[in-house]
Amino acid sequence: MTFNLNLTINGTAQQIALDDPRVTLLDVLRERVGLTGTKKGCDRGQCGACTVLIDGQRMNACLALALSYDGAEITTIEGLAKGETLHPVQAAFVAHDGFQCGYCTPGQIMSAVGLIAEGEAGLDPERVREGMSGNLCRCAAYAGITEAVLEATREMSAQEGTSA
Amino acid sequence: MNRFEYERAGTLAEAIGAEGAFLAGGTNLLDLMKIGVQAPARLVDISRLPLTEIEPVEGGLRIGAMVRNSTLARDPQVLAKYPALAEALLSGASAQLRNAASTGGNVMQATRCSYYQDPLSPCNRRNPGSGCGALGGETRNHAVLGWTEGCIATHPSDMCVALAAYDAVVEISGPEGARSVAMAEFHPLPDAQGAGDAPLAAGEIITHIRLPDPGAMARHARYVKLRERTSFAFAIVSAAAALAVEDGRITQARLALGGVAARPWRCRTAEAALLGQPATIETFTRAAELALEGASPSGANEAKIRLARKIAIRALERAAAGTPERLPALPASLFAGDDNG
Ligand SMILES: Cc1cc2nc3c(=O)[nH]c(=O)nc-3n(C[C@H](O)[C@H](O)[C@H](O)COP(=O)(O)OP(=O)(O)OC[C@H]3O[C@@H](n4cnc5c(N)ncnc54)[C@H](O)[C@@H]3O)c2cc1C
Ligand code: SF4
Ligand code: FES
Ligand code: FES
Repeated sequence: MTFNLNLTINGTAQQIALDDPRVTLLDVLRERVGLTGTKKGCDRGQCGACTVLIDGQRMNACLALALSYDGAEITTIEGLAKGETLHPVQAAFVAHDGFQCGYCTPGQIMSAVGLIAEGEAGLDPERVREGMSGNLCRCAAYAGITEAVLEATREMSAQEGTSA
Repeated sequence: MNRFEYERAGTLAEAIGAEGAFLAGGTNLLDLMKIGVQAPARLVDISRLPLTEIEPVEGGLRIGAMVRNSTLARDPQVLAKYPALAEALLSGASAQLRNAASTGGNVMQATRCSYYQDPLSPCNRRNPGSGCGALGGETRNHAVLGWTEGCIATHPSDMCVALAAYDAVVEISGPEGARSVAMAEFHPLPDAQGAGDAPLAAGEIITHIRLPDPGAMARHARYVKLRERTSFAFAIVSAAAALAVEDGRITQARLALGGVAARPWRCRTAEAALLGQPATIETFTRAAELALEGASPSGANEAKIRLARKIAIRALERAAAGTPERLPALPASLFAGDDNG
């Protein structure tokens, strides 16, 4: 049996024919759509490398059964930059050395985008760290990651003309 | 992972009695299917069922089984009246997982016993009659209350501990009709042979959780969780406490422990002993003694008994001090910095 999966990925509606119901959203993105920016670390919800936005909410794509999210809007790391202009969170990760090897980085950045949209951590470094605890970094770039998230929060609220 | 059939339930009636495993957020079920611990022939996707309301009802609140953990933790009614529930939820898993995890799935999540998770180990819960691989093994997350040689596993949920303290009721629908069970009695304790009866009969689904009004305990409720790292880790032991104090005397008390048994452990003897007493450390220490009465190590985990007493005392102290206006940056943490250590 073939399943027709409809997803809007980074703004583009796509129909994906799945021959097997077992495929996770992570494997759809990486193996079927060719968007390999989203990483597979543990494949069990424990590391956050696979974080994407599903209908605006950050989630672990590795524990999302693709068929269950039929019709959803997905944003991946590839969907953040506008042409050559980096998203403020991406720019802040570069500016603050929010990575070393970079493997966890797409997940960190997507998680940070989700965190900032949730609007609960604000500029409290403790709340930022807690809110980012679902993303592990084996290179332990945590100090830079926290700085980057704080900076991006400031930048994005300045752009919106509101205070964080 | 085994191959399975996939079907989406459009209505509750379609889900009830459907043969197969319910898929809600999938954060536990898919994980267990990937490691070969569960292998359902059919998945019944209940994630689109209209069980997503958090509604005030006569005498309390009613939570749909598909309300996500993050939504529940943010709900203004929950934050105002059931802050220990919000704190418990926020102390569990990660933000990403809480966005996917559902209320019903959280209740039904499997034990984190590592022998249960290893298909090569004997396990009475996974494979009845095969024995218990955890006996004599690594028992840091195993029980000190209500266990048998048949199974020494604990229920890992933080949310359920707070729900048990709040006298929550699980509403169930099934082919035989509807029934309700107290959260504190919902998860079966093991019998001599193994994990005991399943909490739900075939085809039964959790539809809602009902919470009675906490009255004067609303702003005196906390959750405290001891874990190996301050965030994104399961409880070693945890406690939910709620109190009402009038003129320095305790008039209502609730206490439930997590990480100690196959169900959230409601401490009714301790609660009774708190009534009429002054809200002091001496009172809380006596209550914590009673809460762990009858506890015994199921392996090299005797320290959990002492730790559980201390966590119970800390939860009662924090409840007596009153719930802060805004939950601390590190929910349920001992390092939250919102008391004297
Ligand atoms: C890395 C990691 C860390 C975690 N840390 C914590 C933690 O610290 N604290 C904590 O409490 N939890 C923790 N969790 C567990 C998490 O809370 C659960 O996985 C989640 O709540 C399950 O909800 P779900 O909707 O994803 O359930 P699913 O995976 O969809 O389902 C789980 C089970 O419940 C059944 N089910 C689902 N809904 C219903 C229903 N309405 N009626 C009947 N049966 C139903 C399913 O058939 C399945 O057996 C963690 C999980 C992971 C992966
Ligand atoms: S403690 Fe229970 S779940 Fe763990 S191996 Fe023993 S029987 Fe299985
Ligand atoms: S790959 Fe999904 S959380 Fe690790
Ligand atoms: S930068 Fe290497 S894992 Fe995070």
